[in-house]
Amino acid sequence: MAELHLKSWRFRAEREADWRRLEVLLGKVETLGAVKLRREELLEIPLLYRQALSSLSVARSISLDQNLTDYLEGLCTRAYFVVYGTRTRLGYRIVRFFRHDWPSAVQALWRETLASFVISTLAAIAAYVLVRRDGDWFFSFVDAGLAGGRDPMATTAFLRETLYSPATTSEGLSTMATFLFTHNSQVALFAFALGFAFCLPTAALMVMNGAMLGAFLALFFSRDLGFELIGWLMIHGTTELFAIVLAGAAGFSIGWAVAFPGDRTRVDAAGEAGRRAGVVMAGVVVMLLVAGLLEGFARQLIQLDLVRYGIAGLMLAGWLVYFYWPRRASA
Amino acid sequence: MTTAGTVDRELVTPEGVDLHLKVASYTDRFVALLLDFLILGGGLAVFSLAALLVAGVTEVSWMSEVLGVVWLLGAFLGRNFYFVAFEIQSRAATPGKRAMGLRVIAADGGRLTADAVFVRNAMRDVEVILPLTFLAARGQGVDAALISLGAIWSGVFLVFPLFNRDRRRLGDLAAGSMVVKAPRRVLRPDLADTERTVSRGVVFTPAQLDAYGVKELHVLEDVLRANNRKSLAEVATRIRMKINWQGANDVPDLTFLNAYYTGLRGRLENQMLLGHRRKDKFDT
Repeated sequence: MAELHLKSWRFRAEREADWRRLEVLLGKVETLGAVKLRREELLEIPLLYRQALSSLSVARSISLDQNLTDYLEGLCTRAYFVVYGTRTRLGYRIVRFFRHDWPSAVQALWRETLASFVISTLAAIAAYVLVRRDGDWFFSFVDAGLAGGRDPMATTAFLRETLYSPATTSEGLSTMATFLFTHNSQVALFAFALGFAFCLPTAALMVMNGAMLGAFLALFFSRDLGFELIGWLMIHGTTELFAIVLAGAAGFSIGWAVAFPGDRTRVDAAGEAGRRAGVVMAGVVVMLLVAGLLEGFARQLIQLDLVRYGIAGLMLAGWLVYFYWPRRASA
Repeated sequence: MTTAGTVDRELVTPEGVDLHLKVASYTDRFVALLLDFLILGGGLAVFSLAALLVAGVTEVSWMSEVLGVVWLLGAFLGRNFYFVAFEIQSRAATPGKRAMGLRVIAADGGRLTADAVFVRNAMRDVEVILPLTFLAARGQGVDAALISLGAIWSGVFLVFPLFNRDRRRLGDLAAGSMVVKAPRRVLRPDLADTERTVSRGVVFTPAQLDAYGVKELHVLEDVLRANNRKSLAEVATRIRMKINWQGANDVPDLTFLNAYYTGLRGRLENQMLLGHRRKDKFDT
């Protein structure tokens, strides 16, 4: 009967088994991961993939069976991404991220980091000066909800109490919750994500954040509680503020690439900067998590100023060494 | 470059074959996102219920605190890494995207790196959450004006994908990624299989086979595969009229159509080998 069949029918009959085999192997890779495949199976995939691709080109030129060409297109697309797509294992990727990718991305953004740090500091100083002169400025810089009663109207005793309240564990939890889910992670994410609008929103966020800090400092310094406040703030603040500064730097780098793409297209430049900034941001999320733990628990457990200062200094030194310690470029 | 959903994206493999990818339509992606949010919300709800249940049953005070920490970390990780965790796998799609037959690719067709996946998902907070917060916000006077301005401004992000060819959202631009259709296709039996008893014994003349072109052949294929009795009858009557069918009238519609399909495909494929691809019935 074979001679009565269409060419395209014979073409399919001869190759169908290979396509099915490729489909099975792809299914295995996609569900179990490439690691679970035997060596022979792994070697089979590229061969079968090339066969399927050539089948696809042939099918397009000799077969009018729609279902067949659609099927082959789908199969080749799947195989293409298995053969040429990413195959790094998650564990390996995470180790590489912490050992190499994150610090080197942070290093590459040193100019932006500096800019974002300077902007925050200037804003903090400005707010400090303004609030020291006239307490009413405080309300322009600090949201009433965030202040939680810690404003120029409060008594010194109350302010002191907020710094040393021995909180229970559940309070620590709720602090951490609000921390993780509301203010700071939001500021960090927005600073990054709004950067593409030519850096301006990011700069504004840095100014607001710095000004808030300056306003609080001014308030507590005016009651001679400055030293204590810095300990209270910085035990987690060195980590948290560093994270926010880095998020701002990530936003700036994207905005800069959009504004001054050089000889690339804007989209390409933004994409390139975005990927590097994304590495930094993934790390920023980790830093915020650490800061959340410090604020939620360590600060409640440790009531001594000097120990607080010690932890703050250690964290800062740790981050600085981790990020900027010169290291060999790895492949 | 026609309407949404049918935009072709060229992706030539190193072997030199174009895969004819289709860009995912805005609606597909929106539904996928909704599905993901439902899954995420449902997962969190179940997770919280389980935590509450364990805390209620054990009635140990420190247990509830430990559970609280676990819950917080879980929710935090879920919110931030649900999308990332699925998209860095080799299928590069969240459950919602899988259900809609979509996947994420690098716009240049190369490797989709974990960094790119992280960036495109970090930007989602601005694109989706920011408009939502503006919508949820209430205010009066100047506040109301500011809020509505903010809503309009941030609403631009939501419709941003509609204004570029590849339906890329801001996160895709920043990450250099895009979303394409990659549905699973099933290889169905070849209709031109002459061993199929349904098409035995019906023969057409070359003139009768010349009535149609490739486009009609594909419509006929769809009709045969759908196998709906009413449309089969309709199409069979049409074709019988068009080709002036004089043969046996007691041939069932399915048999008749299948035989015609095989005959037509054989003829068109032969013409194709000789370099002529007949587009449709008007093409001579």
